[in-house]
Amino acid sequence: MLMLRGGVQDGIRRHSVDSYPHECCGALIGRGNMVDEALALPNMTEEGPRTRFLIRPIDYQVAERRATENGCELIGFYHSHPDHPARPSEYDLEHAWPTFAYVIVTVDSSRAGAMTSWRLRTDRSAFVEEPISVE
Amino acid sequence: MATKIMIPTPLRVYTGKQDVVEAEGSTVGELLANMTNQYSELQKHLYGEDGKLRSFVNIYVNDDDIRYLEKEQTPVGPEDTVSIIPSVAGGGSSR
Repeated sequence: MLMLRGGVQDGIRRHSVDSYPHECCGALIGRGNMVDEALALPNMTEEGPRTRFLIRPIDYQVAERRATENGCELIGFYHSHPDHPARPSEYDLEHAWPTFAYVIVTVDSSRAGAMTSWRLRTDRSAFVEEPISVE
Repeated sequence: MATKIMIPTPLRVYTGKQDVVEAEGSTVGELLANMTNQYSELQKHLYGEDGKLRSFVNIYVNDDDIRYLEKEQTPVGPEDTVSIIPSVAGGGSSR
């Protein structure tokens, strides 16, 4: 189960609405399975931000550093799916890292919708969904 | 002498939680091959089925991305630090 500290879920939803119709993205920072902070990061994809996101290595390092400086860990990443369900795509699967929580939020022109969390199977064959608990 | 390799968060579960490991090799390719011999679970997360480094796996020698050096033929030595730095990518559809 992934736990989101108060304000984290709202922050992700706000970011997704503000970024619509483009995908937003960011890092999840905390301890264990408790996310204390959602750190917005720039979507630098060159494949069309309407359907793709990319967090560059330099921005990944910002997230790692932020986690370390706060005595926390990098737990995973979030991104939005504009006008698309909050379920991972084949593209998400191909590009996933092990152990990270991948939070996906669906968003349309008026509001953010369902939010889900997923972890990559160790054999990379699929994602496994985990429940989200909001503090 | 061995060269240090910095391991990012998502791969530390496969290196006994170490954020730095050491391996032998005179090129990046040799180094990574020896590292994955020691820590075999890293293989499938670093390399695709075609045997090439996955596109979102970025390898740096000190501050330089190996794509702009000699790729996996980039020479390395014990004075260098090799880092595995993720890109994180995804998207809402497979198109």
